[in-house]
Amino acid sequence: MSKLNLSKGASRRSAYDLRKSRSSNAEPHTLSILVDNEAGVLARIVGLFAGRGFNIESLTVTEVDHTGHLSRITVVSTASDDVIQQIRAQVETVIPVHEIVDLTKDGHSIERELALFLVDEEQISRTQAQELAESFGARLIDTKTNHIIIEKSGTSDEIDELFDRLRSAGLKEISRTGVVGLSLTT
Amino acid sequence: MNIEKLNHSPSVFDEAGQENVDPNLMSGAQIVIEALKAQGVDVIFGYPGGAILPIYDWLPKAADGKIHHVLVRHEQGAVHAAEGYARATGKPGVVLVTSGPGVTNSITGLADARMDSVPIVLISGQVPTFMIGTDAFQEADSIGISRPCTKHNWLIKDTNEIADVVHSAFHVAQAGRPGPVLIDIPKNVQIAKGLYQSPHARHRQRYQPKTRPDHWKMETLVEWMETAKRPIFYTGGGVVNSGVRASRLLTELVDATGFPVTSTVMGLGCYPASGKNWLHMLGMHGSFEANHAMHDCDLMINVGARFDDRITGRISHFSPHSRKAHIDIDPSSINKNIQVDLDIIADAAEALEMLLEIWTSRGRKKDQSSLNEWWKTIGQWREVKCFSYDHDTHFIKPQYALERLEALTAGMDRYITTEVGQHQMWAAQFLRFDEPRRWQTSGGLGTMGYGVPSSLGIQMAHPDALVINVAGEASWLMNMQEMCTAVQERAPIKQFILNNEYLGMVRQWQELLHEENYSQSYCDSLPDFVKLAEAFGFKGISISRPDELDDAIIEMLEYDGPVIFDCRVVKLEGCYPMIPAGNAHNEMWLGPPNRDQSEKAEESVLV
Ligand SMILES: Cc1ncc(C[n+]2csc(CCOP(=O)(O)OP(=O)(O)O)c2C)c(N)n1
Ligand SMILES: [Mg+2]
Repeated sequence: MSKLNLSKGASRRSAYDLRKSRSSNAEPHTLSILVDNEAGVLARIVGLFAGRGFNIESLTVTEVDHTGHLSRITVVSTASDDVIQQIRAQVETVIPVHEIVDLTKDGHSIERELALFLVDEEQISRTQAQELAESFGARLIDTKTNHIIIEKSGTSDEIDELFDRLRSAGLKEISRTGVVGLSLTT
Repeated sequence: MNIEKLNHSPSVFDEAGQENVDPNLMSGAQIVIEALKAQGVDVIFGYPGGAILPIYDWLPKAADGKIHHVLVRHEQGAVHAAEGYARATGKPGVVLVTSGPGVTNSITGLADARMDSVPIVLISGQVPTFMIGTDAFQEADSIGISRPCTKHNWLIKDTNEIADVVHSAFHVAQAGRPGPVLIDIPKNVQIAKGLYQSPHARHRQRYQPKTRPDHWKMETLVEWMETAKRPIFYTGGGVVNSGVRASRLLTELVDATGFPVTSTVMGLGCYPASGKNWLHMLGMHGSFEANHAMHDCDLMINVGARFDDRITGRISHFSPHSRKAHIDIDPSSINKNIQVDLDIIADAAEALEMLLEIWTSRGRKKDQSSLNEWWKTIGQWREVKCFSYDHDTHFIKPQYALERLEALTAGMDRYITTEVGQHQMWAAQFLRFDEPRRWQTSGGLGTMGYGVPSSLGIQMAHPDALVINVAGEASWLMNMQEMCTAVQERAPIKQFILNNEYLGMVRQWQELLHEENYSQSYCDSLPDFVKLAEAFGFKGISISRPDELDDAIIEMLEYDGPVIFDCRVVKLEGCYPMIPAGNAHNEMWLGPPNRDQSEKAEESVLV
């Protein structure tokens, strides 16, 4: 069984969100960092954030160039503009870093996240689930078993919305990738 | 050359089954030594152990007498000695240690070098690659442990990569803002054979920090300089690190503009203390005139300093009326603690040169009448004579001891290092430096135990110079084992200990901020320093009366070998002036404060 205990307020857009509010001018920024994919590079970036007290709301990383061995790390961090500037400058001091872009600030960009929801088949029928998924622009994954799994990609807010809907409809498990993004200003 | 193509199996068999060994192949250990030679390394500070033995095996065989190894007595000492060497020469300091405890013992030194921007290349042994992660004997996650206190580090898994990594390491340690790097080499990688590559064979390094300032920004700064009424140069260790040219240019610019100049504890000597525009060090124990000028200025030109909390005091009250320009080679040092009006990412020498050039080409303009007013105000602050103290005819005041040391050694080929505490701040206040690299101290990390090994490192770089460690008795004990090394190296380092029998700086804070609750700051059971010196095999001097001071200092200077100078000073002297943590620059204490004042130091949570 799931170790997750999904209660009210578990989604970001919930009115029950009990996390400490941050200083008023703090906003989430999506930072896209291109690095040499060498051993320990992720630890360098994450260690820098942890060591200097910068927050990480979400993190994704994978190799994007398999011959040049470059990885893209996408970090969402909520902070004021000053702090984001300092994060950028600090990240740039890390030797294997090629580039850091603030997708939220540096021109146009798109951001997406992918989530998988496992729903209790005793609380919702496959057809109901199908309809629900479609109304959210999501789809059911064919697992060749009885399990009902909904796959949704979209903005984090859209995923939160579907989450809120499913929580009362037998949601058992959820896994999210965290944000990936692309800059449209090149 | 494409290393990949060598396929990591350098020894191949020909058709007759004969082993066909490439004559260019060397063991990893030999490659390390070759690479160090190619980098011009002449001194290594190190300590052997199991995982680094192959390199120690090759050291006498491959070094051709070009590299001298100094056998320290503790790895922390090795790193501080390498720092001493690096800061006195401008060349990177090189350290060789074994795995596990060899690396963990080095960590304080690496953290110190990171804070104070000292180029260090540390090579450590590691357990063989096939044992990594098994909790092998003397295994530690050296890369993980050292990551936050190095600029970069490498674990080498292939012998063919060694030369490339060592050359890169020297580049990274020195380029941009200098700092320590660590190379971890598993024992089997040291033993396996591979190819050496010279530094020239390498492709261009990707890591190329910006050194040339933006011209338009420098023009803006010159415009500000032309109209400034109360300007000040606030300089730091970046000027020293940039090289003598930066110091020369700074001096030229300061003297030509007639602007006042101050410096952090890291930057002492980058503008001569004998120069007429010198306001002395600023900051927590800096001069009255420097701190007040920083507070009241209308243009602050920061060259190579980083707005450390020891400098700024209370941030919200820091220099409220000034435009601030910050020249720094490290972009992450700009707008970190203090938001500035003009950020100039550049090497100090290049920036100063361009500044001088633009200011000259625009006709060397300045607001002379306002400057005259400004100097008049500064003159009033100078009149306060903030470093004055009460003399004593029976007991030695630490300030007096340093005044006599200064008087009797001024003009000599002299290098000073220190430990950490009151004595360190008095040394910064009372000794004078007319050139960069003549003074060093653990500034950013404040590492007690820095002085003894760093004095050894300086002496290794400058065998004929006079090297003095101005020490506190408590700090001095922290790395005193390196006196053995000094004897072995015949390094005549002078240990000038201002012995107040207290963790003096701690005692001072307890006096001022903790209601005189002197918890654990008295040093009972100190050794007899004269006997200790004799046990090590050199000279010990102990004095406690002011009239003995001059003769004793001369005796120390004339002795051909290391000396421990136990200078018994008054025990309860406070180091002033002082801006308690959290106060503003214009809220300095010139002497022990009355109660109300110390209660006003509300931010005593600050360190
Ligand atoms: C390794 C380390 N531990 C603790 C401290 C905190 N500390 C700063 S100054 C000081 C006292 C130093 O005493 P001493 O060396 O006798 O110098 P004094 O202040 O008496 O001149 C201490 C304990 C430090 N800076 N470094
Ligand atoms: Mg003391």
